[in-house]
Amino acid sequence: MAFDPRVVRQDFPIFKRTIREGKRLVYLDSGATSQKPNSVIEAESNFYRMHNAAVHRGAHQLAEEATDAYEGARETVAKFLGGSVDEIIFTKGATESLNLLAYAFSNGGSDNRFNLTSTDRIVVTEMEHHANLIPWQQLAKRSGAELTWFEVTPDGRLDLSKLTEIITPNTKVVALTHQSNVLGTVNPLAAIVARAHEVGAVVVLDACQSAPHMPVNVKELDVDFLTFSGHKAVGPTGIGVLWGRAELLKDLPPFLFGGSMIENVTMTDATWAPSPRRHEAGVPNMAQAVGLGAALDYLMQIGMDDIYQHEQVLGSYLLKRLQEIPDLKLVGPLEMVERGAVASFTFGDIHPHDLGQYLDSQGIAVRTGHHCAWPLTRKLGVQATTRASLYLYNDEQDVDALIEGILGAQKYFGDR
Amino acid sequence: MQLDSLYQEVILDHYKRPQHKGLAATYDAQVHHVNPSCGDEITLNVALDGDKVAAITWDGVGCSISQASVSILSDLLLGKSISEADLILNNFTELMQSKGTMVGDDAILEDAVAMAGVSKFPARIKCALLGWMAYKDAVVQAQAKL
Repeated sequence: MAFDPRVVRQDFPIFKRTIREGKRLVYLDSGATSQKPNSVIEAESNFYRMHNAAVHRGAHQLAEEATDAYEGARETVAKFLGGSVDEIIFTKGATESLNLLAYAFSNGGSDNRFNLTSTDRIVVTEMEHHANLIPWQQLAKRSGAELTWFEVTPDGRLDLSKLTEIITPNTKVVALTHQSNVLGTVNPLAAIVARAHEVGAVVVLDACQSAPHMPVNVKELDVDFLTFSGHKAVGPTGIGVLWGRAELLKDLPPFLFGGSMIENVTMTDATWAPSPRRHEAGVPNMAQAVGLGAALDYLMQIGMDDIYQHEQVLGSYLLKRLQEIPDLKLVGPLEMVERGAVASFTFGDIHPHDLGQYLDSQGIAVRTGHHCAWPLTRKLGVQATTRASLYLYNDEQDVDALIEGILGAQKYFGDR
Repeated sequence: MQLDSLYQEVILDHYKRPQHKGLAATYDAQVHHVNPSCGDEITLNVALDGDKVAAITWDGVGCSISQASVSILSDLLLGKSISEADLILNNFTELMQSKGTMVGDDAILEDAVAMAGVSKFPARIKCALLGWMAYKDAVVQAQAKL
């Protein structure tokens, strides 16, 4: 491990505060949103302090500086993902990215390559977050296309045994998550991508839980669209990324109409600017984009390989310690193989909400509930789980605090 | 510890030994309410006898607060007139929205005053109100049938 999480924590001002009557903050909820380093907070506020102006308009110095900062952030994202600058679309988050795609697909008319009809098929998986399920489910309803999905096995992996029966020749879209936000499972993309491309379908990858935690290169993954949210990658809220292959973006119809996204406008008609601007109507979230650029610079400076290694080691420790507790049941893969450092579990008779409340009283922040993946938790036969998710600023001490907290909750609720 | 104000003995007792849990076969209205943010679910049956609440039975899954709250409610409102029950419901709702500034009137709320501490935990107020909102809905539906 090339970096020390205790040193990393010093970059994040929130760790200087205390929780619930002076407790140390043990933040194990980075899967929901990550904390922010000073460099990101400063980049965002510095934009407002020094460079604020509407980008791509205005014949003045501030507009020039704002445009440079915004487009500079786009270059940083391109470098982070291994794509080209023109393939990077800023959105307000992954949820918007996925809605943008699903709406754009049905916005082009019958001769557009993305247009779906009742003879087409959309494929998702049972482990999708609501954000990568509902936009496709509703697109299926709008277009008449059939929605189908890969099931999840009891050990929390995708069941690929029916790969060719699920991705059929009439499949147009395969949308799936890179890493499950509940199970931690990292999906085996190669086989799915190969089959999708064999039948001419596009692959849409939700990288919200992977891009902040491991090296992600769009060329190596060979997917067609990819999205992630800035706020899960130590960046600001209100900014996300949609990457798409240049040759696909060129034909992708717009979703939002307005300023900035046009080429020419009359009272009765309009034509579109080329991508990425075609997909960025209105004045964008500029300060947040600049903050995201600073966030990705911060992560790349530490090194995505090192962050990945750190989380693999710490995730193994988390899984091992959790499994030492009797009555604690993990959902998802039990070993640190093809999975990330997130663990969802149930614990005896103590409801996750009550466990989370007790942990909070000890300064430990976890997520409880169905984690916006209700079909998955139903399939797993659990009503709700408690989830601990790790990041670069966590260490073994945090895992130990969690274990102690869980045992404390057992005593607190069990003895009364 | 502040946590003790949330997890009162009465609440944990109701959670461990819930009252009127198990749905009666006959009822005037049945409702199913969920808390979409956490997945807690309650199904609640109400039977009326004129303007009296003749039976409340329920089934559900969820945290100690949501389950204890519906258990307390089913005990408290049973046998009351609909207007008495409305008064209690309004009183309880007000207590939940008090942000910890009210202790609750135990002459009206009886065991439900134990829920007062919940109002200091904004994320849990919905848990406490889940069963009460289900009851309110069920009575409206039952009355519509009369």
